[in-house]
Amino acid sequence: MVASSPPLPLPVTEPIERGLSPWHDAWLRLRKNKLAVFGMAALAVTTLACVLGPLLMHYGYEEQNLDLGAARPGGAHWLGTDTLGRDLLVRLLYGGRVSLGVGLAATFVALTIGVVYGAIAGYFGGKLDAVMMRTVDIMYSLPFPIFVILLMVFFGRNIILLFVAIGAVEWLTMARIVRGQVMAIKKMEFIEAARALGLGRRRIIFRHILPNVLGPIIVYTTLTIPGVMLLEAFLSFLGLGVQPPMSSWGVLIKDGAEKMEEFSWLLIFPGAVFSLTLFSLNFLGDGLRDALDVRSSKD
Amino acid sequence: MLRFITSRILQSLLALFLVITATFFMIRFVPGGPFTAEKAVTPEILRNLEAHYGLNKPLWQQYLDYLGSLAHGDLGPSFKYPNRTVNEIIADKVPVSAELGLLSLGVALVIGLTLGTLAAVRRNTWIDYVASSFGMIGISIPTFVVGPLLVLALAIYMGWFNASGWYGPADRVLPALVLGIAYAAPISRLTRGGLLEILHQDFIRTARAKGASEFRVVTRHALRGGLLPVVSFLGPAVAGILTGSFVIETIFQIPGIGREFINSAFNRDYTLVLGTVILYAALIMALNLVVDITQAWMNPKVRLE
Repeated sequence: MVASSPPLPLPVTEPIERGLSPWHDAWLRLRKNKLAVFGMAALAVTTLACVLGPLLMHYGYEEQNLDLGAARPGGAHWLGTDTLGRDLLVRLLYGGRVSLGVGLAATFVALTIGVVYGAIAGYFGGKLDAVMMRTVDIMYSLPFPIFVILLMVFFGRNIILLFVAIGAVEWLTMARIVRGQVMAIKKMEFIEAARALGLGRRRIIFRHILPNVLGPIIVYTTLTIPGVMLLEAFLSFLGLGVQPPMSSWGVLIKDGAEKMEEFSWLLIFPGAVFSLTLFSLNFLGDGLRDALDVRSSKD
Repeated sequence: MLRFITSRILQSLLALFLVITATFFMIRFVPGGPFTAEKAVTPEILRNLEAHYGLNKPLWQQYLDYLGSLAHGDLGPSFKYPNRTVNEIIADKVPVSAELGLLSLGVALVIGLTLGTLAAVRRNTWIDYVASSFGMIGISIPTFVVGPLLVLALAIYMGWFNASGWYGPADRVLPALVLGIAYAAPISRLTRGGLLEILHQDFIRTARAKGASEFRVVTRHALRGGLLPVVSFLGPAVAGILTGSFVIETIFQIPGIGREFINSAFNRDYTLVLGTVILYAALIMALNLVVDITQAWMNPKVRLE
């Protein structure tokens, strides 16, 4: 009896406008920063060259040619050779593997300790937090470079030890930053919701809080790498880091500084490559800080 | 304020004690002793040497003895320089390093504060760009690259200075400049950042409105708050200048305590290592304490925490 009413017109679905994720947004901002882009490009080129370069070269890093001695840049050896006739470009590339490797590995050690320590202190708060952060305060006031020097002198300049020693020094600031951020985030409603859902502490900390602290962590990690590389080069310069015939940028700079009077290229090329890399990392770190809008709070 | 200072002092003393203990036991658990390098030491002589320096006693006894004499300000005899005490060696070398450190700090503050202030006041002009580039370059090029390069350019090619040594006043210029510039760079960045934040605030507008000259606004009103980040950086900076002098003393062959420290570690000169570590630790902690107190005085928020 009742005629079926005409079908209602389907609601017109407008195409959903896809919003930019915060990360995409940050990427767009970073791309506008010329110095940061330059830093990224320079780092990419340096890293690729150090990883792949030695495979394409005709010389080994320890391969000597005493008849040749120190040759000027040009000819068969693009950047010249050192006093033992070793190709400088090859030694720079191998040295880069060590310097960048130490930088990344030690930063990773520092990152892991710092994030876990800071997250625990920040999340639990109270007495635990007070004790943990007081410990950090005390460690801050210890003369760590001096301990690292002693370690290197006493325990035979072992490169693994170098990672651990440097990593153990550099985690303090990371712990402070993460703790501060975690303390702010744990009071927010979505964390309360997570707790109401009965999630475990570990899951709340690692799945819900830490991803929201990623910005500052990324920025500070980028800024830690140059610090770590500097410490490695500093130790190598004092003859306490990487040992010849293995090369690192610090070893090459030390060698170059000793022979610069006659063979200035031995100092200039390693010095330039090392400085350029630190430059790029600092620019990139600064750019990331602006792009991710991280306040530079160290306390 | 008093409570704040006492708690910081206690904390520093605890840290100093930890440093002494850790260093004492660390160097003893390391293979090799001060007399292992010397050739042809017969077992009898070695025993006599060890008895002479008290190395034959149990470790805890040595530790307590050391703490006891340390309490009287005695750092013990050197193992490598016969007939010299650690106190004498330190008294001999410290003035050199102290002079280098103070000169460098002076260079760092003068250059850093001037450039940072100029950059902030003349924001986004060529002055700002030049000063900011200097900041970035200074942070990225380490002293052990700048030092040799300056020696190469100014000492070897131009012949204006000696390449190394520590005799006349001219020998002070390059080392102090190299070490100073390394810290001028971060100081200029911090000064610029701190000042820019302050110059936006209302009380600066008030100062301008009542007709204070720009010079007075900057020096009297803005700098006090704007320098807070610089003050908190000074603790680490001075510590950095101290350890940075290891490199500078090596490059320029300056007979300071930094080189002595590294040599003593190589020589396993237990007492000299300990003495220099205690000296550095005490100095760094004292400086941090001064910085903390200054900060609390400049910014009440800090001391209320």
